[in-house]
Formats: sequence, structure tokens, C-alpha cells
Amino acid sequence: MSVAETLETGAEARAGTGRWRKLLVVTLGPIAAALMTSGLILLLFGINPLTYYGFVLQRGLLSGLGLEQTLTRMAPLLFLAAGLIVAFRAGIWNLGVDGQFLLGAVAAAALAPLMILWAPGWLTLLAGFALAGAVGALWSVLPALLRAYQGVNEIITTLMMTFLGVSLANVLVKLIFLDPGTTVPQTRTLPVADRLPRLFDTSISSGLILGLIAVLAVHVMMTRTAFGLKLRTVGANPHAAAHAGLSVPRLTMAVFALSAGFAGLAGAVDILGVQGNVRADWNPAFGLMVIPLVFLARFHGVGSIILIFFYSALLIGAESAARRVGVPQDFTLVLVANLLIFLGLAEYLDHRRKRTEG
Amino acid sequence: MRDLARSDHPLPAKGADAVGLVNVTKRFPGVVAVDDVSLTVRAGEVHVLLGENGAGKSTIVGMLAGLQEPDNGHLTVGGGRVRLTSPSGSLEAGISTVFQHGMLVPTLTVFENLVLGDTWWHRPPRALVERRIAELQRDFGLDVPLDALTGELSLGQQQQIEIARALLRDSTVLILDEATSMLTPAGADELGARMRLLAGRGLAVIFITHKLSEAYRFGDRISVLKQGQFAGEIPPEELRGQTEVDAVEHMVRLMFGTGSAAPASRRATRAPGPVRLAVDALRTEGGAEVLALRDISLEVREGEVLGVAGIDGNGQKQLAEALAGQRPITQGSVLLDGTDLGRASVAERRRRGLRYLTDDRLSEGSVGAFPVSENTVLKEIGAPPFWTAGFERPGRIAAHARDLISTYAVRTPGEATPIGHLSGGNIQKVLLGRELTGDARVVVFNKPTYGLDMQNITASRKRMREIAEDGRAVLLISTDLDELIELADRIAVIVEGRIRGTLDNDGSGEMRLRIGRLMVGDLEAAS
Repeated sequence: MSVAETLETGAEARAGTGRWRKLLVVTLGPIAAALMTSGLILLLFGINPLTYYGFVLQRGLLSGLGLEQTLTRMAPLLFLAAGLIVAFRAGIWNLGVDGQFLLGAVAAAALAPLMILWAPGWLTLLAGFALAGAVGALWSVLPALLRAYQGVNEIITTLMMTFLGVSLANVLVKLIFLDPGTTVPQTRTLPVADRLPRLFDTSISSGLILGLIAVLAVHVMMTRTAFGLKLRTVGANPHAAAHAGLSVPRLTMAVFALSAGFAGLAGAVDILGVQGNVRADWNPAFGLMVIPLVFLARFHGVGSIILIFFYSALLIGAESAARRVGVPQDFTLVLVANLLIFLGLAEYLDHRRKRTEG
Repeated sequence: MRDLARSDHPLPAKGADAVGLVNVTKRFPGVVAVDDVSLTVRAGEVHVLLGENGAGKSTIVGMLAGLQEPDNGHLTVGGGRVRLTSPSGSLEAGISTVFQHGMLVPTLTVFENLVLGDTWWHRPPRALVERRIAELQRDFGLDVPLDALTGELSLGQQQQIEIARALLRDSTVLILDEATSMLTPAGADELGARMRLLAGRGLAVIFITHKLSEAYRFGDRISVLKQGQFAGEIPPEELRGQTEVDAVEHMVRLMFGTGSAAPASRRATRAPGPVRLAVDALRTEGGAEVLALRDISLEVREGEVLGVAGIDGNGQKQLAEALAGQRPITQGSVLLDGTDLGRASVAERRRRGLRYLTDDRLSEGSVGAFPVSENTVLKEIGAPPFWTAGFERPGRIAAHARDLISTYAVRTPGEATPIGHLSGGNIQKVLLGRELTGDARVVVFNKPTYGLDMQNITASRKRMREIAEDGRAVLLISTDLDELIELADRIAVIVEGRIRGTLDNDGSGEMRLRIGRLMVGDLEAAS
């Protein structure tokens, strides 16, 4: 056996313990560091971080109503994660999910309240989802074409399209789909009774179930099916994909359509499940929050679900902590920013360790 | 501005040692790129380095440019032993290299490119540069429009700017790596005349080329490298005494002649069967960076190995891709067992038995991050038995991979190991196994042993023989003449996208010379 091969087998043997180490170093490590640094920032403002985190935990996870809100909030985030997993695993950096989300939401809000007047509820919901998915996908056609046939970097084009998409959504709400019955600029409202059903006796929207199905289905598709392997091959090595006879441009188009379609569905699930309408200037920018989570989960479906659950709890908890402790709600952004910094740092250190070892 | 300030830098006396290699050896994993080579380049001479692909020319250039360091032996500059540990160290020692693919920043102006790399806290000395450029324009006819945007200039002009940059730095040694390959014949002549002028001023010029007539016309001294070793030299006295025809013949003999008889292990030619693959007047589209194929016609019969010889970059890759369906053809036809493949897709061609083993194992043949098992079925994604109803059958794929691993003696910890962790030779075995899975009828090999170690080369060649003996047809594209002479029944020589001639391989020592003459463009030898 040559030296190189001995090293290879050695590396293989280490992989078992390495996986746990890696989880500790590149996943849990940054989370702990981000919590601590954010805590220090709170201390600087004279707030006891333990009180703050305690409230977040209490309100977001431990109280019944808080937990229900947390679970309901997960639905759109899960759909966004599904779209991002498809794209990222296929090597396409669709950063325009917010625009796709918002246009999907507006489409659903424009259609459902009018359609419910003559169509049955289930059909209205179905149509709302379908239209939102299609509109989301449509908003990615331009970046997709540019990427697939001209090689234009999709990071830039999708980001640009998201700015346009957000503005367009606003224009649509204010000028076209405006509810004539109110003075507030917003779309017509889908009555609460016609929204997605709630789960059992709780206030949890069944959108949660749909979101979980979406993420798991995408995970299975990407890891277990021929189509998923084709997409992954295109993402990992487009030259090899072309060599193996795959149509790289067509598969690229498909990735964009799926990814943006899921972002559109995320909009629909939020509108048809929770909000009921779209108010002017509404832009929760969920997408930009979910991107780091999906990264942190290494594009893994189950990992993403777990992280989204905690993030969702953080969002809900922070909302009430903001009122009780006086920390602005946007403090979650500080926390997430810290998380990203430590995530990048851990990734860098891990990479360096690998280089020095191998 | 240390360099630009010394405008009257004295050059060494003509004939003095400018730069040299002393018993230099450089190894890369699995190959000895340069094997105990000694040579001296003298001031005032144009020293031509000749050699086939893999002869070691680029490695020598790399060492002189400070990109690599010798494993054994050492370099000399001005007669004294030196270490060139970095590109800036090489520049400091007075060696400037003009690489085949320009090293200018296209978005900067010519002036900015010229002063790039100078001490950053100084204001660029515009007046001084203007004065010196005017001198260069006068002395060497260099055309240097200082305010032009570099990217908008022709390749020839960009090359002049690189030469001007070398002269501004008062280099004593100028290396021109394949400098004429991007130029028109007139541009090449102009460059040749300029090289002569520079040498006349006392510079040592190292000129690397494939074109023997250029070597004769522009060079003072010609050194020939073969498989990493120094194969011989034609000194100035001798070169001047020869006619071009004699000199070219001399160079061909140094480059390709082995003097030895046929390799003992040469594959015996059998009576070939019916035509399996027929290519007729094939053309592909060319472009700025890709050579077009023009009227390629060839036939490969059952049980036959047709070799395609040529210097790298003469259309071999395009030929392989056109056959495999990866590159659209604009004219002509490809017939497999008598049926026109027309516009059949890559997958369709593979199904019909036309297989292509790419020369680019890492970035085209395999997906490094994927396990060996997935790589073995990469060309059949979705097909039964490895997928049913679109769902992967991991057990079947793993079993297939384990089979392939044992049949082809792939050394890997297991089928789940990412293929990128394997050595080049083992990746090659996996790819070969993949191409031979199922009903392979015609196999196109593109440089199948390139970069492999001796043991894997022997194993690969044995495989190719077996494939032909099994009654399949083999198209073997290679830059290694010994490999072609060992394996091929006939050898076609490709030059600039055309088949220059096809020779029956008799395995004699003369074969190398005959192929070599065709490769370097001596048309008469084709008869």
C-alpha cells in the first residue's frame, strides 16, 4: 500500500468520530458563541441577558400559546427552506426568494378573497397555492434564462429581481388589488373561516404540516431520486454533467422553477393560512433569515426543520420579550448576524484544519 | 522605481552564461517531468527549446520563472548558483517570462500594466516610462500605445507590451513560451526579427516552440528535450551550416528518433473485421479559443485500434467530443455500425455502444465529492436496474460499484469513498469500468494514460489491447507516440483540426520519425 492510500484509509477511519466533532465545531460552537456575544451586547445596554433569553424561551417555547404561535410561524419558513435546499444542493444561489415570496403572497391574496365568493373553499385554497407557485416561478425566469444560457451569475440577478419584486408587489397592492372597502392600503381579506384549517383544538395552522411535507419531500427528492442526483451532478460539476449527457441548461431552468415556485408557495401559505391579506409595504424578509439556517443545516432537510423551529421560537419569543424587557424586536437580527459571523469563522477554521491535516 | 531608473543597465558580455540548469531533476506525483537536465543559455543568443508534449519544456520554464523549484540540481544566473523561489525572485534575477496566455490585466491601460508591481508608494514615473518606451520603439520597433485599454489590443500587440515590460525591467533573460502559437505567420516573422534584434543587443532569449522552421529561422542554438531528458543540441556553428531541410530533419531525428527497434510488447495486428465507426468529412464550429475540425474522415474496424497522434491542442478534444455527442457537428456524418448517428444525444450514443473516456478525469469524468458508487452510474442516472420509478436503489448501485472495483482492481477504501480521494490511476480505472459497462462497441480514448504512473500505464494499455481483442473498435487519441506505436494498427496524425495523414503502423523504429514529420508539418513525408 502506498503512503497516499494509507492516509486515505486513515482518514476514513477517523470520519466516524470526525462527524461528531464537526457537528460540535461547525454547528453548535457558533450557536453558543453567538448567544454569548449577543449576551455581552445586552449587558452593555444594562439588560441581564439571562432575563432576556429566559423570556424568549418562556414565550417562544414553554408557554402553550407561544408554542402554537411558534409552530404556525414555521410554515412559510419551511416552504422557503424547501426552495432553498433544491437550489443550493443544485449549486444555484437563489437569493431572490423574498421577491418571489412576496409576489406569490400578493397573487394568493388577489385571487382567494374573490374566488371564495363563488368557488368551494378547498378549490380556492388549491388555486391560491397553484397561482402563487406559478407567479413565484415566473419571477425567476429571467435570472434562470440568463444563468442557463448566458452564464450570468444568479446571485446578482436574483437579488436585483428581489428588489424589483418587492416594489412590484407594493404597486400591485396599492394600485390594482386594493380593497375598496377599507381606507388602509391592503388587498381584500380572506375570511378567517376560509383559511387553511387549524390543527385539532389549537391555533396552529395546518400550513405547518404542508411545510414539513414540502421540506421532507425535497430532501428525499434531492438525496434519493434520479432527478435529484441529476440536479446535484449539475451543481457539483456542470462539465461532468454535460459529459454524462445531462442537459445542463434545462436542468438549471428546472431548479430555478422549483426553487422560486416553493418561495411563491411560502407566500401563499402565510396569506391563506395566517394573514388573510397583504398590507402595503409588508415585507417580512423571511428569505434572508432562512438562508443562513439552511446553510447551518448543511442543506439537510431534517436539520433545517429543527433550526427553523428554534428560529421561529426566537422570533415569537423576541416579540414579547421586546415588550417586557424593552429590548427592540430587531435584536434578533443582532443575534442572527453574530451567528453568521461565527458560522463563517468556524467554517474557515475547519477548512484550515483540514488543509493542515491533509 | 528601482528597475525603471536604471536605464543604462549593463548587459553581460555576449556569449557569457546568462542562465543555466545544472543536473536539474523535477518530479511530480507519478512522473519525472525533468530528468537530470543540464543546459546553458548564453547572452546574445536565441536559444530554442524543442520537444513534444510532456518533454519537460513547461516545467523548465516554470522553474526559471520561479513557479517551481528543482528537486535535485540547481539553477545558475550569470554563472553563479541561485535559488529562484518566487516569480518576483526570478524577475529580480533578471529573468522575464512571456507566457503563452498573456499575463496582462485586460481592464487596465497599457501604462498601468507596465508599472504594475512597482513600489506602491511611488507615483508612477510617467515621463521616465514615456522616454524609455520611445527608445524601445526606436530600437526594436515595439508598438506600445500607453493609454490604450489593454484588453482592446490584439494578441500580437499585447505580446509586444509584455516584451516591452521585460525590457523596462532591464531583464537579461527573456523567455518566450510558445510565443508564436497565437500569432499570424506575419506576426511570427516579426517576432522572430525582434528576437534577433534583442539577442543582438546582448539579451539571452529562450524561445519555446513546436514549429521546426521557426526554430531554424529564429534560433541560434537548439536544445531538444525528450520525455524529460536532454536529447541533444544543435550548436550555432552547426545550425548555420545546414539548409532548412537538413536542419528540420536533424531536429525531427532528435525529437522523435529512438534508434531502438520496435517495442517488444507491440500488439500484433490482426485481420480487421467490418467497419464499426465511420466518420466522413466531419466539421465542427471553431471560435476564438476552440479550433474547428475540418473534413475529418476516418474508419475504425472491429478489433482494430486506430491511433490519433498530434501535438496537444490540434483538435483532439473536439474530435472526441464530436463523436461522443458533446459538441455539435456542422457538417459530415458519424456512422456507428452503418447507422448514421445524426443528432443523437450523448445518452443515445452511449446506449448504442459508442463510449468516450475523457482525458479530463477530474473536472469532466468524475464528480469528486460524490462517492465512487454514484460515479460508476453517473452516465445512467434514472435507468434500471439502478433506479426504479425514478427512485435510487442504493443496494444495487453499491453492488455494481463493488463489482467494478474488484474487476478493475480499483484501490479504494470502499465504494462509499468520495472519488476525489482516489489517485488519478484509480479514478481512471473507475471511469474505464463505467465506459465498458454494458454493450460497448466503439470506445474512444482521449489520452488514457496521461499523468499516470508506470504501473497504471501498463495496466491501462493491457486493457486497451483486451478491448480490441474482444472485437470492439478502439479510437485511441494520444500525445504519447510510444503508446500509439505499441497499440495502434494504424495511426492518423491530426494537425490544426485536419487529418494530415494516416500511417500503417509497422512497429519499426522509423515510425516515430514518420509520425513526427507529419506532426511538425512536413507534407512530403505523408506519402
